[in-house]
Amino acid sequence: MPKSATPSRLAVRKTYKLYVAGKFPRSESGRTYLVDGDNVALASRKDARDAVVAARAAQPKWAGATAYNRGQVLYRTAEMLEARRAEFKSLGVAGAEVDAAVDRWVWYAGWSDKIAQVAGGANPVAGPYFNLSAPEPTGVVGVIAPGSLLGLVSVIAPAVVTGNTVVVVASNPQAAITLGEVLATSDVPGGVVNVLTGQAAEIAPWLASHDDVNALDLSGVGDPELATELERAAAGTLKRVIRPSSGVDYTEDPGTGAMTALLEIKTVWHPKGF
Amino acid sequence: MTATATSRLSGLPDSPADLRTFLHGLPGVDKVGIEARAAALGTRSVKTTSKAQAIDLAIRMVDLTTLEGADTPGKVRALSAKALRPDPADPTCPPVAAVCVYPAMVPTAAAVLAGSGVHLASVATAFPSGQAPLEVKLADTRNAVADGADEIDMVISRGAFLAGDYAHVFDEIVAVKEAAGPAHLKVILETGELATYDNVRRASWLAMLAGADFIKTSTGKVGVNATPPVTLLMLEAVRDFRERYGRQVGVKPAGGIRTTKDAIKYLVMINETCGDDWLHPDWFRFGASSLLNDLLMQRTKLTTGHYAGPDYFTLD
Repeated sequence: MPKSATPSRLAVRKTYKLYVAGKFPRSESGRTYLVDGDNVALASRKDARDAVVAARAAQPKWAGATAYNRGQVLYRTAEMLEARRAEFKSLGVAGAEVDAAVDRWVWYAGWSDKIAQVAGGANPVAGPYFNLSAPEPTGVVGVIAPGSLLGLVSVIAPAVVTGNTVVVVASNPQAAITLGEVLATSDVPGGVVNVLTGQAAEIAPWLASHDDVNALDLSGVGDPELATELERAAAGTLKRVIRPSSGVDYTEDPGTGAMTALLEIKTVWHPKGF
Repeated sequence: MTATATSRLSGLPDSPADLRTFLHGLPGVDKVGIEARAAALGTRSVKTTSKAQAIDLAIRMVDLTTLEGADTPGKVRALSAKALRPDPADPTCPPVAAVCVYPAMVPTAAAVLAGSGVHLASVATAFPSGQAPLEVKLADTRNAVADGADEIDMVISRGAFLAGDYAHVFDEIVAVKEAAGPAHLKVILETGELATYDNVRRASWLAMLAGADFIKTSTGKVGVNATPPVTLLMLEAVRDFRERYGRQVGVKPAGGIRTTKDAIKYLVMINETCGDDWLHPDWFRFGASSLLNDLLMQRTKLTTGHYAGPDYFTLD
């Protein structure tokens, strides 16, 4: 028998699915769309609803973990992110941007057990009281993420490091879902970060009007009309809305603003004995 | 077997041996078939106006339940108030079918529910295990009825049933039915402890023959509670029982039904198995506590057009 030539391998093509509750489901609608030749799940409003349920379920435990523990988990994420450099580069993200994204993640991870001291503390009051302010997470945050990997990291990390859980509508699907794979393999509990891929204009209004979403980050909304409409919908349930002025440069030092925007200050008065 | 029992229906088996022959003569259950059928009935898509009607019907079918050792009069009063007006923000929301509590809490609930049309159910007969002497079970039942319960949820003696002592279970149901007097009797089979579908079918028929007004799947206190196949099996039993003896019996799945989606699956199952006659709170109930909030959230979603959150509804 003649020796057959080595058969060429069948290509294993990847379908980018959603990242919800620590799993990678397809869209409930069954829809997909093409991005740079890749099949990507096109999320529907019901996927957003499921993601909010997952984020709400994960929130108390994530917020209840010690700040130190949250920091360690996020450092671990940075390790995994570092290991996936090549994959991000193959998706067209510049090497320098991957570096900056990893650095940004580590920077935010370090804030986990420090932000409470900066944003809270003992207050001087005129009276026999011990007065203490403590920052607490806002809750479930809907994030319309900007397109770059660095931008994506710069909106997710400050939300989760402070104990919030997020539902992210990503506009760079492959990089966002790859980040989801990083999170899924790095001890971040399922549901803390949920990534939806699809049209912000379709999904975001449902997050903005959702009674169980506590804050809305509009960093990635380019269309000012849509942003205004989302702000109006969010007002119905008194959500915190973050709407940065256009043209944010994510390479600059972000400061603590992104973290404190998603913290609520609780102040306690305690009588002091003499 | 007692004389009072045998005279209730014509063509009833009239000795323990006959009863046994009758129950074991029931056709065996096709396990694969019934599970596939229940799963297939769970795939229907019910939307928009049909969904709105299904949600309102499901709310009207809820037996709002609290059966905890930690129940306080305050909690029972709050729950009863919720039963009357499940959504205080929306007066078009119908009240639930009944409130279900332990016998000790019956007077508290009765004070709130009196004259409202919302029924008051009480578990009795040494719920949830049923492991107590008959006199205790009967006294338990009489007490609950005297305090104002108009529905009694009794448990069968699973121990006796599994040991094959069907006559004992039969006589017990007959005795409790008598003690309950005018109150509706729901017989809890505790299907999670009956091990096989054949046993569920036998227990359903046994309870109906003995005079049950309702057959109920579970106490909610064991690992396996109401499942779609078991409920389908019981719906088939009440349908066949009416065909044979001309008496209609209700069905109440209890425990583990938490979402609107699940509730609607059960409604589809009733319609496809028994038809319209059972699609009424008099003949079908959901034994549930957390289900009501999910129904209310879905109802709010339909009326307001945006998703509702649990923060806007009472915890109990």
